[in-house]
Amino acid sequence: MEKIKPKIYKKKGPIVEVFLRLAKNKTAILGLIIVAILIIAALAAPFIFDYDDVIIKQNISNRLQSPSKDNWFGTDDLGRDIFARIVYGSRISLRVSFTAVAIALLIGGFLGAIGGYYGGMLDNIIMRFMDVFLAIPGTLFAITIAAALGNNIRNLIIALSISSIPGFARILRSSVITVRDVEFIEAARAIGANDARIILNHVIPNSLAPVIVHTTLNVATIILTIAGLSFLGLGIAPPAPEWGSMLSSGRTYLIGHSYITAFPGFAIMITILALNLLGDGLRDALDPRLK
Amino acid sequence: MENKPILEIKNLVVEYRTDDGIVQALNGLDLSIQPGETHGLVGETGAGKTTAGLGILKLIPDPPGVVVDGEIYLDGKNVMVASDKEMESMRGYDVSMIFQDPMTSLNPVMTVEDQIAEVYELHEDISQADSLKKTHEILELVGIPAERGNEYPHQFSGGMKQRVVIAMALAGNPKLLIADEPTTALDVTIQAQVLGMMKDLKDKYNTAMLMITHDLGIVAEVCDKVSVIYAGRIVEQGNLVDIFDNTRHPYTEGLFNSLPNLADRTQKLKPIKGLMPDPSNLPTGCPFHPRCDYVMEICSKVKPPRVYRDGAHYVECHLYNEENIKKGGVIERD
Repeated sequence: MEKIKPKIYKKKGPIVEVFLRLAKNKTAILGLIIVAILIIAALAAPFIFDYDDVIIKQNISNRLQSPSKDNWFGTDDLGRDIFARIVYGSRISLRVSFTAVAIALLIGGFLGAIGGYYGGMLDNIIMRFMDVFLAIPGTLFAITIAAALGNNIRNLIIALSISSIPGFARILRSSVITVRDVEFIEAARAIGANDARIILNHVIPNSLAPVIVHTTLNVATIILTIAGLSFLGLGIAPPAPEWGSMLSSGRTYLIGHSYITAFPGFAIMITILALNLLGDGLRDALDPRLK
Repeated sequence: MENKPILEIKNLVVEYRTDDGIVQALNGLDLSIQPGETHGLVGETGAGKTTAGLGILKLIPDPPGVVVDGEIYLDGKNVMVASDKEMESMRGYDVSMIFQDPMTSLNPVMTVEDQIAEVYELHEDISQADSLKKTHEILELVGIPAERGNEYPHQFSGGMKQRVVIAMALAGNPKLLIADEPTTALDVTIQAQVLGMMKDLKDKYNTAMLMITHDLGIVAEVCDKVSVIYAGRIVEQGNLVDIFDNTRHPYTEGLFNSLPNLADRTQKLKPIKGLMPDPSNLPTGCPFHPRCDYVMEICSKVKPPRVYRDGAHYVECHLYNEENIKKGGVIERD
């Protein structure tokens, strides 16, 4: 008789499981692919296009060319290749948004985690402080910072991260509160773990799901804010190829040369769409009720 | 013959102070456990069993829990005055706790072996490889193949999870193990396995154990001494035989009467009438008097004194005095 081979039970960690669930969601994978392409483009841009020669050098004889074989997306009013500028522009959008989100995540996450874990007076002070920041609209806050401290990337990052901190603090705090009183936290205490260890090893890894979703969606919001500010001339200063400022500079040529504004607009739209699709997919994949 | 007790609780009073009022969880609990002894703490839901267990570890949630009075000595050390650091080094090493529900007492995002190895990382100055090796040894000891250590808790069944929880509690080789209803969430066949294993391991390491349970069957199976707790106070305490064969307190008798009799299915169950009193509004005198079949006038007015039948067995009930306690059975009042 043929011996039945026992089926080896495959070991899967929670991260692998979440990814497998994410992979079942086609739109989320589409979002993930677009985001991946954007990141690769941003990383590879300096090797493909020379910044001084292609991105910012004016070439008046070649201005306002319609899309063609040489200039896929055409050229703008100063004769610069729009495709190259859009690819290079992803660098600025992604770098600023990722940095701002990372700072907001660290500071907001820290404040939210200790507020949620310890509760009481400390929590109250932290969260009322967050409420104050939450009351100021993000864009307005960025405009204020740009006006007060000057118009550069560093100040832009500071302004955007400060206005994102309360969101992260609130989200991590609320999920820490639900995890805080679960029995395994008590069990960790019963084996002699101290607060720092409990927060880092047991509380935070179990509260991360909503934070991951919020991070993805927050990157999208920040990219949009950067574009909005640059459109108003308060974000990234020309001649740097920023999507929002490209939109702004193409405005005068909207009739007749609409591609100058259309392509950067598409770039913004697709990026935001991709991040939102990914964020929604992650939300579903991380939801424990759907397991 | 009397050794130094591994655990001594004297007159422990714990209150939970909430906006709705003060909940008196423990009202003067006395308990002492000798090395290697298994002490059963029996009582209904809400009698303060778990609070007592957490109190020993100094883990009563504060707020709202407040230790109003009492002393706890763990292996000679006064827990009440110990600093947080001292407590952290004692927890998991001198004393550890098995929690009620194995489903929720393991961290879902950490592998099983990492969770057990944490005990060694916290208490012993050994390398990661060594702590992993010790973890595999203890896993084998509780009957889990070591190669399953790198799996996550959701890949284990309830009984296996409870074994992991027990392995975690035993990893530090504690002198006292507090088991808070360790088998309540398991089905009967697994219960028997887990209990047998706990008994073996306890004998092997000569660990003292406080078995918190509401199941008198478990008490009969594993305990040397028994305390019956009602409304935060021990109403009857004695050796296993004292409690089972020389039951004195009407409440203890009621607990036995509430057990179904498999041999005689026609026999009606005689549950204790009424419910546990609201711990934020305990009856005066003996807290059991509104539910007691033998209630007397004095019961609602005066707290019953402690009456000893012999050195180990005592009851707190007005039915008894020095003379009549030696007689058999629960005294019928005329």
